[in-house]
Amino acid sequence: MGKIENLDFKKSSLRKINSFLQNIDFKNNKRDFTIKNPSGEHAICAGLKENMLVKINGHVGYYCGGMNKKANIIIEGNAGTGLGENMMSGTIHVKGNTSQSTGATAHGGTIIVDGDASSRCGISMKGVDIIVKGSVGHMSCFMAQAGTLLVCGNAGEALGDSIYETVIYIAGKPKSLGVDCIEKKITKTDIEKIKNLLKQGNIKKLKPSNFKKFGSARKLYNFNIDNVSDY
Amino acid sequence: MCGIVGLYFKKKKLHNQLGFYLSGMLDNMSSRGPDSAGFAIYNNKEEKRYKYSLCINEKTNFKKFKQEISKNFKNLDIKTISDHVILYTSTKPQKVIPFIQKNYEDVLLVGYGKSIEIFKQVGNPKDIVKKFNLQQFSGSHGIGHTRMATESAITINGSHPYSTGEDECLVHNGSLSNHNNLRRELIKKGQEFNSLNDTEVAAGYISSKLSKKKSMKNTLEDCLVNLDGFYTFIAGTHNGFAILRDEIACKPAVIAENDDYVAVASEFQAMAHLPNVNKAKIYEPEPGVVYTWGK
Repeated sequence: MGKIENLDFKKSSLRKINSFLQNIDFKNNKRDFTIKNPSGEHAICAGLKENMLVKINGHVGYYCGGMNKKANIIIEGNAGTGLGENMMSGTIHVKGNTSQSTGATAHGGTIIVDGDASSRCGISMKGVDIIVKGSVGHMSCFMAQAGTLLVCGNAGEALGDSIYETVIYIAGKPKSLGVDCIEKKITKTDIEKIKNLLKQGNIKKLKPSNFKKFGSARKLYNFNIDNVSDY
Repeated sequence: MCGIVGLYFKKKKLHNQLGFYLSGMLDNMSSRGPDSAGFAIYNNKEEKRYKYSLCINEKTNFKKFKQEISKNFKNLDIKTISDHVILYTSTKPQKVIPFIQKNYEDVLLVGYGKSIEIFKQVGNPKDIVKKFNLQQFSGSHGIGHTRMATESAITINGSHPYSTGEDECLVHNGSLSNHNNLRRELIKKGQEFNSLNDTEVAAGYISSKLSKKKSMKNTLEDCLVNLDGFYTFIAGTHNGFAILRDEIACKPAVIAENDDYVAVASEFQAMAHLPNVNKAKIYEPEPGVVYTWGK
C-alpha cells in the first residue's frame, strides 16, 4: 500500500482511503488520521480493525464506521443511514445528527450522537451502547437484543417494539411504547450504568435521577395464544 | 431506489445559478437512479404567455408541426432543446392540449404553465443533464429525479417529474400499492393519465385536490390518508415546493437550509457541492409531516 499523505476525497478515492486505513502499518507509530472533504460519501471507515483515531471533517453518507473494531472515529458533521452498523468495538462520536438505523445490529463499543438520531435508532442492536444527546425517532430499539440506549431528549412512536434484553434510559418522553416494552424500576446498578454513560458522553446537565428505564416485559418470548395479535 | 432533489432560492440574485447547482445535484444522484432522469425548472419571466413543454421524437415531422401550430397558436415562440420543445404562446391550455393530443400522437406534452418547464428522458442522468444543457437554466426553484424503475417500464412516460396540472409537478422516491384503484377513481372524475406509473396517479391525486382550492399542505396531508405505500415526495408549484414522507419513512430525505436556499435530496451527497452547505442547518424531515417553502 502506497503512502497517502492526505486522506482527502478531493485527491483520492473511497476505496483507496478505506483500504489504507484497513491495512494500516504501525511501524511508524502514526495512529491519528484526518479525512477531508467526505462530501456525504457512503461507507467511509467501514471495516477498520485496529486501534486508531480517525477524525472526519464534514458530513458522511451511509454506513460510516460499519463493522468497526477498536477504532475511534470522530465525525465533525452529520451521518447518514446505518452509522456504525454491525460495529464490534471501538467508539464513534458524531458531532451533528444521524439518519435512520444508527447502530443497527451493532455488537459492542460506543456510539455518541451530539444531535438527534432519526428513526429506528439501535434497531436489532446486540450489545453496543448508544448515547444520544438529542432525541430519537420512531421504532427505536426495534427487536433490540442487548446493550444500552441512553436518550437525553424524547423518543418517537413505538419505542422498543418487540424488544429483547436491551435497556433503554430516557430523560424525555417516548411518544408511545412498542409491543412488549414497559417501564421498569431503576436499580442501584442502573444508576451506576447511567453515571458511566453520562461520563462517556460528557453530559453534565443531566443526573441519573432524570432518567426513566424501559425494557422488555418478556411476554413475547414464548408463544402464547393470548398474544397472537401481537406476533 | 430513485433519487429526488429540489432546490429553492430565497434570493433573486441566485436565480441564474439554478441550473448549475441543480445539475450537480442530479449528477450526484445518478447512482440512485441510473435508467432515466428529468427535471422541472420554475421561472416567472413570462407573465402573459403559457409555456408548453413537449417531447418530440424522430417520427415527428417537425417542420410540418411548426407550420401547423404557427397557424393555430397566438404570439408563438418556439425554443428547441435536444428532443424537447417549449412553446410560448398566449393560447390557453383548453385549446392547446386537445389540439396537440388529437393531431400529434407521437408528441408528448410533459408539462405546461406560466412558470414551469419540464425535461425528461431515458438514460443515464449525467448524460441527460448534458443533453438538455441544464447548467444554463435560471429560475427561482427546480426539482429533479433520477429513476431506478420498479413500477412501470423504462420509457419517457415512466420518467419523472409528472405534471398533471398547470405549473404543478411531482417527483417520488418509493412505490405505491393502491395506485390502480385510485387511478380508476380519478379517471371517473375526469383526470387523464398517460402511463401505468404509480407516481403519475399521486400527481393526479394532488392536482385534483389543488384544483378544488385546497392548500398544498392540506393536500399532502390527505395523501397520508389515501395513498398506500412508501414515498418521499417533492411537489412543486409556481411559487415553491413541499415535501412529504410517509409515516414509516424508509425512503430517505435530507434538508439543508440557510439564508440563501433550501435544498432537499435523497442523500447529503447530492448537495455536497452547494455553497456553504457545511454551515447550513441540516436535518431530516420527520415522517408524516408536510414541509413547504415558497412565497
